Amino acid sequence: MSAPAVIAAGETAQSVTERICAVTLREGARPWTPLWWWVAFAVSLGLLGMGVISVAWLFYAGLGIWGIDWPVAWGLDILNYVWWIAIASGGTFISALFFLLGVEWRTALNRLAESLTLCAALCAAIFPILHLGRPWFFYWLFPYPNTMGLWAQFRSPLVWDFFAILTYVLASILFWYFGLLPDLATLRDRAGRPGQRVFYGVLALGFRGSGRQWRHYRAVYAVMAALMAPLVVSVHSIVGMDFAGSAATGWHSTQFPPFFVFGAALSGFAVVLVVVLPLRALLGLQAYVTARHIDVLGRLFLTSSLCVAYAYLMDAFSTFYGSDPAERTMFVLRVFGLYAPVYWGTIVLNILLPQLLWWRAARMTAPLVWLIGLGVLVGMWLERFQIIVTSLARTQMLSAWGQYTPTIWEWSLLFGTIGLFLTTFLLIVRLMPVVAMAEMRAMLRGGVG
Amino acid sequence: MAAVFSPRANVIVAVAMLGAVGAVVGLCLWWFAWPRSDYVRHVGWAIQQPVPFSHQHHVAGLGIDCRFCHSSVERSAQASLPPTFTCMTCHSRIWTNAALLAPVRDSLTEDRPIAWARVTDVPDYVYFNHSIHVSKGVGCGSCHGNVARMPLTFKAKTLTMQFCLDCHRNPGPNLRPLAHVYDMDWHPDHATPSPADLMRAYHIGGRNLTECSLCHR
Repeated sequence: MSAPAVIAAGETAQSVTERICAVTLREGARPWTPLWWWVAFAVSLGLLGMGVISVAWLFYAGLGIWGIDWPVAWGLDILNYVWWIAIASGGTFISALFFLLGVEWRTALNRLAESLTLCAALCAAIFPILHLGRPWFFYWLFPYPNTMGLWAQFRSPLVWDFFAILTYVLASILFWYFGLLPDLATLRDRAGRPGQRVFYGVLALGFRGSGRQWRHYRAVYAVMAALMAPLVVSVHSIVGMDFAGSAATGWHSTQFPPFFVFGAALSGFAVVLVVVLPLRALLGLQAYVTARHIDVLGRLFLTSSLCVAYAYLMDAFSTFYGSDPAERTMFVLRVFGLYAPVYWGTIVLNILLPQLLWWRAARMTAPLVWLIGLGVLVGMWLERFQIIVTSLARTQMLSAWGQYTPTIWEWSLLFGTIGLFLTTFLLIVRLMPVVAMAEMRAMLRGGVG
Repeated sequence: MAAVFSPRANVIVAVAMLGAVGAVVGLCLWWFAWPRSDYVRHVGWAIQQPVPFSHQHHVAGLGIDCRFCHSSVERSAQASLPPTFTCMTCHSRIWTNAALLAPVRDSLTEDRPIAWARVTDVPDYVYFNHSIHVSKGVGCGSCHGNVARMPLTFKAKTLTMQFCLDCHRNPGPNLRPLAHVYDMDWHPDHATPSPADLMRAYHIGGRNLTECSLCHR
């Protein structure tokens, strides 16, 4: 059976440009922002407002409003951070890695995927600051010549985590924005309203599409993609090292860096599916995001689920292959103890349900894929709960065992960042071209973006 | 459609970008220099005191030893400020009617200590111990400057954490023989033992002097 086309038949460079510009500039038959956007935006703003209140109260009252304490000193704060940064990976995998591989199905997805990366990385970046007892000293992580005569502890993975996240966020923003330049120039040239022309004109930074500009543009874009692809691996390896570098039970494992890269890939592909499936119907993008894209994403999704399954298996294997009784006790309690539902929820949502995607019919059933994707997002959250909380709650010493119950301020922060994610993403969807028009045109001409 | 931007727009954007870079660089430089400035560290500021006590007159002029007033410096974390009785050792007999000394006399008659204003104040999370420093050959002047040349007392060194650590990381060059710890005008000469010899003599080097808990308990 031949693969479905990567773009609907009959589409030309002109029709793509006209269709995408019409969506962004609100031209044509419906020159207003659709109702679904306003409803979603209102809900997102509501969630964001809750998050702002939560942060304000946190800054005023301090970390005591959270449920964290000894021995579980890392709770939802670090959990959400790891969860969000993993979600951010999807865009980079699709946009940078598959750009280097030169696959054509990447072209219609990369703009949306990169935007998701940007929004998720933003959400992730605030947690390391919020989790500090004195958040106003967050810059102490940065090695600068200070009057204390101290440098950051370069032997700690936490410092490299800071560097990795900072690099990743900055590189993601640049990659996203640089990729937008030709499309912004197109929008500037096609916009009818003066406000739109100024808005896109300033953002286009004078891109005129001359041969010289295109030559530089392609070279820089390729270099940025080549930088981003290893960055996404390094950033998640470092996140894994944050745990592996500590001697806590359940954390001190050499497989953590690749384990976290696998988990990142899984949640990254999941979020792309969860967002793209409804969006392609709402924005009428079926001609560009075809069954082929959904099929490929489904396969990648299944592959990363199998990678994660391997990591879970190795986690259990190395625990019992090793000789540390505390590790074994912790693992048994993880599987059968107080937090057992979290463990089995992780297994079902991340490993068992995605196995449905072996069947092509399942991959082609959008609601089912969407539900599995949503399940994986929840499952990955549970996985981090399992790694962070059950490990800390069952330390080596029986006398130091404890429990952790998140408070309303931690939950409101989680949903607040979901609000931040959706708000920024909806704004991007509304104001920026959702498909990379210039790359689509290049693809239709037969070249690679 | 007429062009939205005139050719001048390119210049404006270029200038704005350069300005942004300049602002960032300037901000970094300011961030580096500002906390080190004497203004922020209060270096060289003579603080208003109840009595304009002159170390120059009492130490350099009259030759009174530091320990005559700061009597617990060899035994305690605090160098301590003298009780009014110490002042009255002399001032019950000389300058007994001087207007400048009225707060000292009031202090004695009312049995109320003189409220001196602190010149050198390290944060409360720093546990500085005077006795260990003077008994290991760190001179008063190493941190307080040449107090014997101060008509009004002021802070002479930045006393940032970096100032402390510069010495704790390499104490040798700042050590002197015990006989000269209270000598404000002492300078190392050819007769001074080498830093390594002084370190050995004071048994410094066995313990890591940059452990956090050494000063932050």
